[in-house]
Amino acid sequence: MFQVPTIADLNLGLTLPALSLALGACVLLLLDLFVPRERKEITAWLAMAGIAVSFVLNLAGFNESGTAFLGTFAADQFTGFLNIVILITAFLGVLLSLDYLKRAKIERGEYYVLLLLSAAGMMFMSSANDLIVVFIALELLSIPLYIMATFRAPDLKSEESGMKYFILGAFAGAFFVYGAALVYGATGTTNLPEIFAAVNGIIAAGGSQMFLLLMGTGLILVGLGFKVAVVPFHMWTPDVYEGAPTPVTAFMSVGAKAGGFAGLLRIMVVALPVFVLKDGQTAAAWQQTFWLVAAATLILGNIVAIAQTNVKRMLAYSSIAHAGYIMMAVAAAGTAGVANEATRAALLYLMAYMFTNLGAFGIALAIEKDDGSDTGVDNFIGLAKSKPALAAMMTVFMLSLTGIPLTGGFVGKWFVFKSALDAGLVPLAIIGVLTSVISAFYYVRIIVNMYLKDGEGDPAAGATRYVNWAIYVAFAGTLLMGIFPWIATNLSDTVVLAVEMFVR
Amino acid sequence: MALQEFAPAAALLGLSVLVALLVVMLSRLLGPHRPTSRKQAPYESGMKPIGQAVRRMPVKFYLVAVLFIIFDIEVIFFLPWAVVFRDLGVYGLIIMGVFLFILTVGFIYEWKKGALEWE
Amino acid sequence: MENLPQLVPLVVFIPLVGMIINLLWGARLGEQWAGWIGSGAAILSFLVSFLLLTYLTGSNYQSVVVNPPFLDGWLSIGSINLEIPWQQRVDTLSVTMMLVVTGVGSLIHIYAIGYMHGDERFPRFFAFLNMFLVFMLILVTGNNFLMMFVGWEGVGLCSYLLIGFWFDKAKGVGWKNSLAARKAMILNRIGDFGMLMGIFLIFWTFGTLDYYKPGEIANVEYQEHLVAQLTGEHGEAAAPAEGEHGATTTEGEAAAPAAEGEHTEAPVAEGEHGEAAAPAAEGEHAVGPAIPEYVNNDHIATDQLGVFGKAQRMLEDGAEVNFGVVSLPIETVLVLITLFLLLGATGKSAQIPLFVWLPDAMAGPTPVSALIHAATMVTAGVYMMVRSNVLYHNAETTSLVVALIGATTALAAGYIAIGQWDIKRVLAYSTISQLGFMVAAVGIGAYGAAMFHLVTHAFFKALLFLGSGSVIHGVEHGHHDVSHGHDHHHDHDFDPQDMRNMGGLRNKMPITFLTYLVGTLALAGIWPFAGFWSKDEILADAWLSNTAGGYVVLAMLVIAAAFTAFYMWRQIEMVFFGKPRTEAAEHAHESTPAMLWPLVILAFFALLAGFYNVPANAGPFTIFGFFEWLFGGAHSFTVFLEPSVAYAHAGEFQGGIAAVALILALGAILLARRVYGDNKSVTADNTDPLYVNPATRQIWSLANARLYWDETYNRLLEQPFNAIGNFLAHTLDWTFWHDYVHEKVVGRGFNALGDLLSSPVDLGIIDGIVNGLGRLVSWLAGGLRRIQTGYVRTYAITLLLGVVLVIIILLLPMLQSGS
Repeated sequence: MFQVPTIADLNLGLTLPALSLALGACVLLLLDLFVPRERKEITAWLAMAGIAVSFVLNLAGFNESGTAFLGTFAADQFTGFLNIVILITAFLGVLLSLDYLKRAKIERGEYYVLLLLSAAGMMFMSSANDLIVVFIALELLSIPLYIMATFRAPDLKSEESGMKYFILGAFAGAFFVYGAALVYGATGTTNLPEIFAAVNGIIAAGGSQMFLLLMGTGLILVGLGFKVAVVPFHMWTPDVYEGAPTPVTAFMSVGAKAGGFAGLLRIMVVALPVFVLKDGQTAAAWQQTFWLVAAATLILGNIVAIAQTNVKRMLAYSSIAHAGYIMMAVAAAGTAGVANEATRAALLYLMAYMFTNLGAFGIALAIEKDDGSDTGVDNFIGLAKSKPALAAMMTVFMLSLTGIPLTGGFVGKWFVFKSALDAGLVPLAIIGVLTSVISAFYYVRIIVNMYLKDGEGDPAAGATRYVNWAIYVAFAGTLLMGIFPWIATNLSDTVVLAVEMFVR
Repeated sequence: MALQEFAPAAALLGLSVLVALLVVMLSRLLGPHRPTSRKQAPYESGMKPIGQAVRRMPVKFYLVAVLFIIFDIEVIFFLPWAVVFRDLGVYGLIIMGVFLFILTVGFIYEWKKGALEWE
Repeated sequence: MENLPQLVPLVVFIPLVGMIINLLWGARLGEQWAGWIGSGAAILSFLVSFLLLTYLTGSNYQSVVVNPPFLDGWLSIGSINLEIPWQQRVDTLSVTMMLVVTGVGSLIHIYAIGYMHGDERFPRFFAFLNMFLVFMLILVTGNNFLMMFVGWEGVGLCSYLLIGFWFDKAKGVGWKNSLAARKAMILNRIGDFGMLMGIFLIFWTFGTLDYYKPGEIANVEYQEHLVAQLTGEHGEAAAPAEGEHGATTTEGEAAAPAAEGEHTEAPVAEGEHGEAAAPAAEGEHAVGPAIPEYVNNDHIATDQLGVFGKAQRMLEDGAEVNFGVVSLPIETVLVLITLFLLLGATGKSAQIPLFVWLPDAMAGPTPVSALIHAATMVTAGVYMMVRSNVLYHNAETTSLVVALIGATTALAAGYIAIGQWDIKRVLAYSTISQLGFMVAAVGIGAYGAAMFHLVTHAFFKALLFLGSGSVIHGVEHGHHDVSHGHDHHHDHDFDPQDMRNMGGLRNKMPITFLTYLVGTLALAGIWPFAGFWSKDEILADAWLSNTAGGYVVLAMLVIAAAFTAFYMWRQIEMVFFGKPRTEAAEHAHESTPAMLWPLVILAFFALLAGFYNVPANAGPFTIFGFFEWLFGGAHSFTVFLEPSVAYAHAGEFQGGIAAVALILALGAILLARRVYGDNKSVTADNTDPLYVNPATRQIWSLANARLYWDETYNRLLEQPFNAIGNFLAHTLDWTFWHDYVHEKVVGRGFNALGDLLSSPVDLGIIDGIVNGLGRLVSWLAGGLRRIQTGYVRTYAITLLLGVVLVIIILLLPMLQSGS
């Protein structure tokens, strides 16, 4: 008979960061009703306050670990680290949006509520310890993004972008559910540590249960791979990134990836790390597939990005490519003994990518016109003359995306390559190095345009106060991580994955 | 794994499919069936069909329909809870309170936004 | 005294401060201040380097590893055993490089104050120059390969920024400049790829990137010898030390204080712990340096050793390196590592096959050409290989490749230089050629000779570049005066760097001429100038290597040396002798003192620096031992290097080879004088006398066309690459996916399906319900197309294909295993 738990059993203390943000979003929705239409920045400040509260709670509980909600919710340092990334993303997302929404005349309070809800979804994802919670978090992070992508309506591109994202997202979401159902069919549970415990029996038994589990793993990869935009589930990315309002693009290019990889890492590392076809193998059964996906993503993302003339589209392909680098770390996690190192590498990469990409999008947003035009690569021509500070920071962001030393991007790449080598994925590491050389072509082109080409510089009317603040923060983060990487590495050093907490 | 736990659900599923088929089949079998092309055409008061079957409707209808579904679901959720209310005790009460809170937030929002006013 | 090494962070920090000041407030400070802050930073940095030198001489050249404050946790993750500290290394090799970089750098900074006068981005120029110093000094002072790589990339960035410094020049020149910058960047990325792979391999093989750990001894023989000396057992210890080196060393005379030997880095000075951690002997230290505690590394466990120590230990053990799939013996791995590093060196040091960027890099301002593209940055590759001498020494295959690449480059570039008109381009090819000498020296194992040539070359090549800058400056101003005087007609085409526009400057610019002459003679290798000694040591070592490869290299280098003398004298004739060929040259006048003083100082060193490393028994060449006596023994520079470069050995003087090289060089100069002298250096139709003479026409044309090297690259690499890029972008992504797959396959497929289902209905074969179904499908297709304004279905189908693919790949192993 079902034992009725008590409220104390829920361990609510551990869930405070995520819960407070979700609750804050609900309250904000109500408060916003009483904010006059022309003073919507009040809503934005309240949203930032909510993020700050959640951030403080997260730091306060950083070292506590355990499960909540009857084992479906895990709180550990992995969660804590990712929550830092997610909350900074949300905070910078609000800062970038403040003036942009005003300029584009689409200022509505719901925007900030949706942003908070999506961020809450990402945070739930980072602590999901059950396939069902993963799915709910996935939807909670996605649905607000669909709406935010269309926020520029009746602009056709924006509407199209949201619609596409929604339809394809629903399609991919269905695959995830199917995968989760198959895993449940094979193991009889949706709880990740319990799946882990059941895997050994399945390996021994083989046969149809093995078949179900393999299918389920593949479909889960599809559902989450869509969110993080890896080849061949990437087709939506350029259209959606181009059409969505730029601050939304910035937010989802980082946030959705952080959320998606959080789920992927947790499922693969906690539930399926020892899932091999035969006893005695060291590489997990799914590693081969992840490896190929990562390689295809790296190659396609980097090469097609060369041909782009719109900077948002170019950054979209570049974000696909960066998903490939993180995927490399996830693939590396499939080798026995490398899982923790690879997870750390992925987390560090995510953090570096967050600062850099938000900064780059911030600058793209700054040169964008009120009607959403002028986001071409050519619009950067002469920026060094009209806005030397912006151009200098853009240079750093581009160098960081390329992976030049002394920037955060290099640190991230270093750890990812290292973990891939440790996992014995030498060809993948070589592909990674080669494609990052290729990537220099399209990143350097922006620098060339800014510094070396003659032309009237863009006045960068979008570089208003709050946008500048956001860019400064991103800039500082990129450089700090590059020059003093131990700040981030020491933080990630503390990360102990649930896999060690529960089952070993 | 004990598949027989799902036996009642499977029976219900089978039964509903059976009934649905039966109703369609029966009317088909029992009723007279002499189709002409005019009979097959969509019915528009005897006139030849013009325009599409799907027309634009005021968005209010959708709004009301969505609101209806939300409260419908609420009732569906409430009913089993009410049945085992005593067993669940304070825990169940609080959880349902959370559920209600979220629902109420949405309700206040739509009220204040004027979604409940027809004009 | 023993705390002096703690100053080494300042060497990097001072230019950093200079850079920041100029970057932030440069525009407000004005030219005077900006220039002197930049130069002051370089000079201060030089003074600190000099203090480090005094420390080394006062402590038996004991190396020290310094952990700068605030940076000790640079890259470390305890749990995965990744530990790359930010450590700076003070040893004879790094101090040599520091002195060259900051010394020549200071002079060039001062020169640039005059040269860049009036440029609108004057402060930024100095900020970039200081930034370059920062990265170059990180490169040479770092104690691990990652720091080297950080500096390596940083100097590449500065080079890129400075080549393209005049990106906004009018009439397309600016665009050419930025193209040159990009070319340098891209070719260097290829080299960097090799460098990175080499570093990865090193880390994989040795598990560390540190050259030597603190307290490890780099040159064991030197250390044994030193300890023996200090403890008074000179006689016995000297014998074994010589036994090892015996074949090639001759000095052994008691005059050489700490001869061939080994070296150490005993005191590990960490932050304030410095004094405490140092050996106990430090206490009564007024007398002299402490006697090192250890003479070798046997007390250090293998996994505590740095890269080089570990490599030697692994070679002794015959260890194998496991790469997962295969296991390779350590010798093979060393060959791989060194080959990858060599690729990096060919990029940075402009060797075949990656040298083509350096001539174009002359688009940058002349001080940049002198500092970065002649004296310092391009020598980073040589420094890297000398630093890794333990690896190269033990990889014979690579050494042969290195030697051949260096010699071929020296020969080819020397040949190309004969056919160039641009004054700086000649010097650029000359630089490539001289770098080829250094690389060849590394290849034949003459690490000391390579460093020696690096130092002397830094002096005279910087001198030549600065001199050419002075010439260009003078001609440009002359041109300026003329075209202001009376409206000059061919204003647009005038090129102040084209030697055809010069001539007869000997009298207009006497100081520039004299110093330029000194540089030329030094480069040509005429006794007693610096180039004679350093080049001769390389040639002697090639002879002494006693292998077929060595003789081939020797032959190529001797011919290259003759070419050098020839093209340099051609330049002298064209620029300084004869009559002025343009009005601009007629009106040229001497440059300002700020530009001339550096020339004079550099000329002084170009004249005398060679004597610092004179070989023994060189007879009349050393004025019978006078300079040996002056510098306290023969080969003083090689001896100085030995504590940090384990395989730096000094070659015996080869009088015959020196004489042959000297005679050849003098002959080449006489030949050049015959061809170009007497005011016939440029023929009436504005071309080269060699071109006019049918016998030599082909030879000159080929040199003038640069051996068609650039064109070949263009055709073989650039065009196909662009074609592939275009193909992928336009054909594959756009035409194929969007037009073909979407429009043709998917669109028509839907229509065909609709037709298939609806047309039979229209034909009346099936009526009623089927009719409705057909319409439903095409309505659905049409409706979907209307709702999804983009290509969502294409995306969805791709997604579906991806799903199938993923599942198949996942299940494949299972199906194969037959379960």
